[in-house]
Amino acid sequence: MAMLEVKGVSRFFGGLAALTDITFSVEKGEILGLIGPNGAGKTTMFNVVNGFYAPSRGEVYFNQKKISGLKPHQICKMGIARTFQVVKPLQRMSVLDNVIASAFLRVKSRAQAEETAWDTIKFTGLFDDRDVISKGLPLGKRKKLEIARALATQPEMILLDESFAGLNPAELDESIGIIRKIKEKGITIMIIEHHMKVIMAISDRIVVLSYGQKLAEGTPHEIGHNPLVVEAYLGEAESV
Amino acid sequence: MKKALPLIISGLLAMLPLIGLSSYWMHILILVIMWSVIGMAWNLLGGYCGQVSFGHAAFFGVGAYTAGILYNKLGISAWWGLPVSIFIVTVFALIIGYICLRLKGPFFALGTLAMGVILRVMAENLTTITEGDLGIMIRERTWIEKTWYFYIILILGVLSFFLVKKVIESKLGYYFVAIREDQDAAESLGINTTLYKTMALCLSAVITGLAGAFYTNYMGYIDPKIVFALHDISIVTIMVVMVGGVATFWGPFVGSIIMVFLAELIRTIPKLGAAHHTFFGILLIVIIIFLPNGVVGDWPKLKKAFRGRRAG
Repeated sequence: MAMLEVKGVSRFFGGLAALTDITFSVEKGEILGLIGPNGAGKTTMFNVVNGFYAPSRGEVYFNQKKISGLKPHQICKMGIARTFQVVKPLQRMSVLDNVIASAFLRVKSRAQAEETAWDTIKFTGLFDDRDVISKGLPLGKRKKLEIARALATQPEMILLDESFAGLNPAELDESIGIIRKIKEKGITIMIIEHHMKVIMAISDRIVVLSYGQKLAEGTPHEIGHNPLVVEAYLGEAESV
Repeated sequence: MKKALPLIISGLLAMLPLIGLSSYWMHILILVIMWSVIGMAWNLLGGYCGQVSFGHAAFFGVGAYTAGILYNKLGISAWWGLPVSIFIVTVFALIIGYICLRLKGPFFALGTLAMGVILRVMAENLTTITEGDLGIMIRERTWIEKTWYFYIILILGVLSFFLVKKVIESKLGYYFVAIREDQDAAESLGINTTLYKTMALCLSAVITGLAGAFYTNYMGYIDPKIVFALHDISIVTIMVVMVGGVATFWGPFVGSIIMVFLAELIRTIPKLGAAHHTFFGILLIVIIIFLPNGVVGDWPKLKKAFRGRRAG
């Protein structure tokens, strides 16, 4: 049974169609990659799933419940967490406090929230930076903090928006490890990524968007050999 | 030591009247604590939750007028204004919040500023309820002496301090700060930002309203220009917190000591005294440039600068 179903979603900004009639689903426990050239509508898709935008047309279902039209905080409470491409740490809070703030979603007491937060920062490898004010974190760690914060809300599904962009090779390997660990925990993942090697390696299935339309859907192998995709996307991106 | 500090300071303050201060000094002390209360209230909303209000006179005035109208129209003690204002101010806060909290940043500030002015104009013109510009006079003062007024505002101050501390160290506090730092991020972490901003506003408004109700009882006279004043209430509230330290527990207290004493000091200067707002303006500019986190927030910086000068 599909965990997340996107059914005929369109989103317009004035006269611009950022998404046109997109339909796909995410199965429980899988990693779904969402790829496409710049401006293809990937982040808009996340914003629709996450509730920042209501779809202009179409619906989104999560565990058979309609979530399109709900507010982001309601959707998060139902079990979908996300990270941001342009990282949004709570700047003047320490790393630990950032994670505690999100852990409060499922617990009332500070002790319980701290416990969840400790577990999460150990899991994401931020333990040594726990007392750093997040304003001063380098980009790689901010990206990790985004993931840690999303995980601390104890989601069933997590949306990762370019969590690898701008990382050095060592950080990249580490982050791939974290994503695999998240999957082992049974959390379903939808991920936007420009890094082709990464997305091909970790995704179970891939959905390709281009100019707001769904171009293709399939396993990494199928996508890699789809002439449409190669033309629209991989051809340009090979140098990456 | 650090944990006991609030208790030590409230203990010391409680003993101050015993040393036989003059009526003038008691008045200064009462003002300091009253402004701390208002400052702490503002800090909760503006400092921690990041919603900068330029209209806290609205809540102060509603609290003050609640006490005044109860006395004037129902003939009961103006002290009833304290408990009753909790409900009245909450209602006003919900209405103002409904209108203003959908605005962000500077727009929220302007919205609250407008609300303060609107309430002043209303108080001036709804003469059947408020007596308009004539104001309301409390003819029977509860005490001639200032000692009991001091203890009442001190209790209010201590309660506000511990309430703010309790709130800020709980889930609510984390949510407030998360909203201040990034509203979109907070929303996507499952925080109902509208709800929590409304809660911060109501808490802040109620505490400010209590100070207003106390003011009516203490001063014995209110009119719209005094209690709904933009510069003498709304702006001074912000200055108290800015000077003391935004989003610090002790900032409002330290800020109100500085501001009240400074106001008194400037007033004694011949000829220049009337221009005290000019001095406040200059002070605010200096604070923003050199101590953006206030005296408490930038205390380490201040200490270093002081030591450096002595060593040099």
